[in-house]
Amino acid sequence: MELCGATRLGYFGRSQFYIALKLVAVAQSGFPLRVESINTVKDLPLPRFVASKNEQESRHAASYSSDSESQGSYSGVIPPPPGRGQVKKGPGSHDAVQPRPSADQQEPASPVVSPQQSPPASPHTWRKHNRHPSGGNSERPLTGPGPFWSPFGDAQSGSSAGDAVWSGHSPPPPQENWVSFADTPPTSTLLTMHPASVQDQTTVRTVASATTANEIRRQSSSCDDPWKITDEQRQYYINQFTTIQPDLNGFIPGSAAKEFFTKSKLPILELSHIWELSDFDKDGALTLDEFCAAFHLVVARKNGYDLPEKLPESLMPKLIDLEDSADVGDQPGEVGYSGSPAEAPPSKSPSMPSLNQTWPELNQSSEDTAIVHPVPIRMTPSKIHMQEMELKRTSSDHTNPTSPLLVKTSDLSEESKINSSVKFPSGNTVDGYSSSDSFPSDPEQIGSNVTRQRSHSGASPDNTAPPPPPPRPQPSHSRSSSLDMNRTFAVTTGQQQAGVVAHPPAVPPRPQPSQAPGPSVHRPVDADGLITHTSTSPQQIPEQPNFADFSQFEVFAASNVTEEQDNEAEKHPDVLPAEKASDPAGSLRVAQTDGKIEEKTAASVPANVSKGTTPLAPPPKPVRRRLKSEDELRPDVDEHTQKTGVLAAVLASQPSIPRSVGKDKKAIQASIRRNKETNTVLARLNSELQQQLKDVLEERISLEVQLEQLRPFSHL
Amino acid sequence: MAVCIAVIAKENYPLYIRSTPTENELKFHYMVHTSLDVVDEKISAMGKALVDQRELYLGLLYPTEDYKVYDYVTNSKVKFVMVVDSSNTALRDNEIRSMFRKLHNSYTDVMCNPFYNPGDRIQSRAFDNMVTSMMIQVC
Repeated sequence: MELCGATRLGYFGRSQFYIALKLVAVAQSGFPLRVESINTVKDLPLPRFVASKNEQESRHAASYSSDSESQGSYSGVIPPPPGRGQVKKGPGSHDAVQPRPSADQQEPASPVVSPQQSPPASPHTWRKHNRHPSGGNSERPLTGPGPFWSPFGDAQSGSSAGDAVWSGHSPPPPQENWVSFADTPPTSTLLTMHPASVQDQTTVRTVASATTANEIRRQSSSCDDPWKITDEQRQYYINQFTTIQPDLNGFIPGSAAKEFFTKSKLPILELSHIWELSDFDKDGALTLDEFCAAFHLVVARKNGYDLPEKLPESLMPKLIDLEDSADVGDQPGEVGYSGSPAEAPPSKSPSMPSLNQTWPELNQSSEDTAIVHPVPIRMTPSKIHMQEMELKRTSSDHTNPTSPLLVKTSDLSEESKINSSVKFPSGNTVDGYSSSDSFPSDPEQIGSNVTRQRSHSGASPDNTAPPPPPPRPQPSHSRSSSLDMNRTFAVTTGQQQAGVVAHPPAVPPRPQPSQAPGPSVHRPVDADGLITHTSTSPQQIPEQPNFADFSQFEVFAASNVTEEQDNEAEKHPDVLPAEKASDPAGSLRVAQTDGKIEEKTAASVPANVSKGTTPLAPPPKPVRRRLKSEDELRPDVDEHTQKTGVLAAVLASQPSIPRSVGKDKKAIQASIRRNKETNTVLARLNSELQQQLKDVLEERISLEVQLEQLRPFSHL
Repeated sequence: MAVCIAVIAKENYPLYIRSTPTENELKFHYMVHTSLDVVDEKISAMGKALVDQRELYLGLLYPTEDYKVYDYVTNSKVKFVMVVDSSNTALRDNEIRSMFRKLHNSYTDVMCNPFYNPGDRIQSRAFDNMVTSMMIQVC
């Protein structure tokens, strides 16, 4: 009790009523402060206040019959109100009676060390006193309690009035806040402010303390979260917000906010600074969070706190939009920019400010994440339509949908896979799965992705901010794409696996280097980011040999899925051993892509599509199973049940061709048909590959240009 | 490297000037002032005034003093003039452009502040910090 009373009386002399309401909170927050404040107060203010305190105490003792301590505390309490009352006694003299009793009751309830009370009270009152004349003055000139005490003495008579004024103000604190700005002296605002936050009160006290040492100590003690907005304050802010903007999710335009905050009578320069701090996304309008932060800063400033250079963490607006795709952002401990990116993309912020803000965030974020995000997008195979589909589905992800070159029939399935896979690639790319992504199809996608990323420049940084989400999709995409390619290769080179292997290695390298510089375009990615990207490319190269395997796996996967796809069995046996020899990661990737590809190939099977959408999690497992099944299927070379038509047909036709030759004319004709079919299929594959090659080359060129442009940025 | 950065308003009065304290600021102010004529010349020559970052670099104005004056004009005829000391490694054109982009972004943020009246001196601390960082970085 003593402690509580001491803290209350000592610090919350004015806000007795508030203290009563927040007794617990005060006690909790006040404990650490009490000790310090008590100690510091005793040392410094005591000497000054002793004399005046005696006067007050004597006076109060005469007027009140509470214990000496309470009286002392009361006297400490009373000085502030009288000070106020002195300044303006108008407000609620009539209320004095009612508040008085309550104040008296409060005081007796808290046995406080009177000496401690008075010093803090005096600083408070003094501070208030200063406030009164200056209205919105932000300085805390500790001119010294001396002159202030005299007013107290004079105000003794008006103490009741002061109390009344005080108490009168305390009840409607939140609502009067701005009104008081306009109509009443700052006292009311101070009152309102105090009850609003215990911390503010404590900090206020620290500010008010006559001794800088006290201030420093108290401030340090209250530095735990001096800028934290209490619930009361927040509710008040929200109410004020609604008076201007009924929609809590809406924005307050700058002009309206300007009028509102001008009422606080703070200097324009300070208001400008407050705006700079609180308008996180620099869009010229305030969201609810921004408004609360600005309001809180104004309140703090009126209470004597200097404005911070950077927005305190507790006042950072909540990053909502970014959370979806990117990291919410780092606290301004580094800079408050983290918040801005989050808010910027969703709404109003122009691309430039958001970019500006996101850049620091991006820089802060790991290079890998920043790099990974863009890379995967480009990495994914290029099927323009696939990409578009993917982009539409994965708005947050910029990863390009892996476009299986081969699977035209299963475009739909692929797209579905891509969407799901898009999520993976981003994550996987981080792991270094990019290898599969570098498939030739990437050039197309990369090009389109680059453009898309640029279009989403405002938002892309946000997406890239959070490392995990973006990368995931990519790996899956890349895999699917790579698998598709593999399949195509497998189909085309069903007879010659060597050819298949040869192809993949050639293609992937291009997309990788192109991809690496690509992402940097949107962000001031250091060369390191590029390097990391390029490093992934080599990984891709080694994985290329797996493409052939992938194709085989795809076949297996498809066959497994559809239970009718054993066509690739013959190819799998050769490839499987090679694949297994490859890195397990690659196999996993293949498996994932296989799963995806299978689904793609199994366009006819709607189930595949659905499976495709959920390949991310299951792929590894099912793929492994598929691998196993592949092994089983190896012996089933001759089993060709149409999986997806063309490829299956091609595969089937190829092996059957030689057989038909040696058979009847019918067999020859059949073989001829098959050959034609295979020819058409191969032709398609060739065209697709050529397109991919062109895209890759284009992307490479563009990326190189971007790289050159980005290089100077690295210096900055 | 940027020893002086100035923001000139449309009416050719300065909104913000900051120089490294080591040098005589008056000299920089004079250079900035003379560069305004060159800027106006270029703007008039462009006809439709395609405001483009690339087109507004004045290049080297004082070769003897090893200074380069770069200029960047916005669509609202607000000019950013930057005096760079060439004694250090020559800044690449792209770097200059990125610096101007940052300047422009900061200026936009200042404009977004409803408490800032266009035409007033720029007193934003954030803007000051950004300019200071650019000037210090050069060194």
